[in-house]
Amino acid sequence: MKEWLAGQKALFVLNFINDDRWRYLTDGLVLTLEITFFALILGLTIGIIIAIIRATHDNAYETMSPGPGKVILKLLNIVSKVYLTVIRGTPVVVQLLIMYYIIFATSNNKIIVAVLAFGINSGAYVAEIVRSGIMSIDKGQMEAGRSLGFNYVQTMTGIIIPQAFKNVLPALANEFITLLKETSVSGYIALQDLTKGAYIIIGRTYSAFMPLIAIALIYLILVMFFTWLVGRLERRLRSSDH
Amino acid sequence: MTTENNVLIEVKDLEKHFKKSTVKALNGVDVKINKGDVVVVIGPSGSGKSTFLRCLNLLEVPTGGHIWFEGQEITDKKNNINKMRQKMGMVFQSFNLFPHKSVRENITMAPVKLGIMKKEEANRRAEELLQRVGLPDKIDAYPNNLSGGQKQRIAIVRALAMNPDVMLFDEPTSALDPEMIGEVLDVMKELARDGMTMVVVTHEMGFAKEVATRVIFMEDGRILAENTPREFFENPENERLRSFLSKVL
Ligand SMILES: Nc1ncnc2c1ncn2[C@@H]1O[C@H](COP(=O)(O)OP(=O)(O)OP(=O)(O)O)[C@@H](O)[C@H]1O
Ligand SMILES: [Mg+2]
Repeated sequence: MKEWLAGQKALFVLNFINDDRWRYLTDGLVLTLEITFFALILGLTIGIIIAIIRATHDNAYETMSPGPGKVILKLLNIVSKVYLTVIRGTPVVVQLLIMYYIIFATSNNKIIVAVLAFGINSGAYVAEIVRSGIMSIDKGQMEAGRSLGFNYVQTMTGIIIPQAFKNVLPALANEFITLLKETSVSGYIALQDLTKGAYIIIGRTYSAFMPLIAIALIYLILVMFFTWLVGRLERRLRSSDH
Repeated sequence: MTTENNVLIEVKDLEKHFKKSTVKALNGVDVKINKGDVVVVIGPSGSGKSTFLRCLNLLEVPTGGHIWFEGQEITDKKNNINKMRQKMGMVFQSFNLFPHKSVRENITMAPVKLGIMKKEEANRRAEELLQRVGLPDKIDAYPNNLSGGQKQRIAIVRALAMNPDVMLFDEPTSALDPEMIGEVLDVMKELARDGMTMVVVTHEMGFAKEVATRVIFMEDGRILAENTPREFFENPENERLRSFLSKVL
């Protein structure tokens, strides 16, 4: 028993203490959070815009009078549909590699490439979530907003989206957690995120157990923490309209 | 008696043909609404009352005809419909309050965001209007905690906060429990007495008799009769109107 403990301690020192190897994990964690955060912002922005385009098309296209507005809406809707199909129909790793090796072949800012790839990917899922939220709002809300003199976009952003958001918050939280975990493939474009950090340690120490368990625990704690945070936010939002 | 510049809303040859529908919901409606008029619209279900009302502020886009509001053509796409709607309050059967906002925010949101009033002024106006409808203590409540009658009174206040020149009501009491109808009608009667121009679709004949300046009877997308309430109810000339009144009175 004592020997076993001593062995574990030696492994711990080897994997994390020697040469300050713990820094691969902390630096990696910071990068993982950075990529996740900015990809989340980008994904939400893209997602909300695409959701508004899709919902507007589904609700209003039929009744719109002919004109340039109608043509533009049709085109935007087609572009949105292609985007959704392509992004949701291909693996995120492949999208990341295409972004790095083909689209941004001349750029060497890998973090921006990763944020773009993960953000554009997440946007597709956010779009469908937010769209279902918009569709769940009674159409009387839009009519009330318009009858007060708000234009379409003001009503959408000031009245419809906030309510839709509240309805789909659990689904969005899931999407965020998925995004956080998906960034673990960032190592494919040689970014040193949390997962890659563990990989590098293993490469130095030839000992896989502790680094892998360590990052698994870190991901798990992060996910549990964010789940708790979203739960609190949800309760606060719900208490505002009882 | 009425001069041209007294006309607030003018409707000519109004038609509405819903896609996928075999008949026209509106089939040639002509009407003039003067300042201070309280026009009550009655008629059987499906006769086009709501469609007519909703065309007045372009919630439904007419497929034919013209509407002018304060001399500006609403049905002309070059005119800014959002600006014109600011002067036309609307009250719905299902209230349509914003559930994620407090009563105060429901009332002040439009005047403040649309730059009609400063926040403080809008707040004062909200308090004053809530006082008038007997709900001053509900200013910080949320819609889901209110009764139907309270919700509708607040919906009326929300529309009034924009200082509209006309108020459109689409069956404002039809979704209410009977004991709450009176409190909403009282608010509307007071509004009428204060000189607000109103167009009201309702089944409340008592309201029509008491405060309407004119009553309109619609059927099959047309106006079949139009008169002062006294003539309208006591000497109905139109055969269809007589048969309708015999059912509802
Ligand atoms: N959005 C729509 N799409 C298709 N048809 C519609 C639509 N709205 C109304 N209609 C039709 O237009 C006609 C007039 O409807 P409208 O709602 O104006 O009647 P109403 O007089 O308000 O009836 P009610 O007393 O039942 O409210 C009806 O035949 C109705 O089925
Ligand atoms: Mg109706």
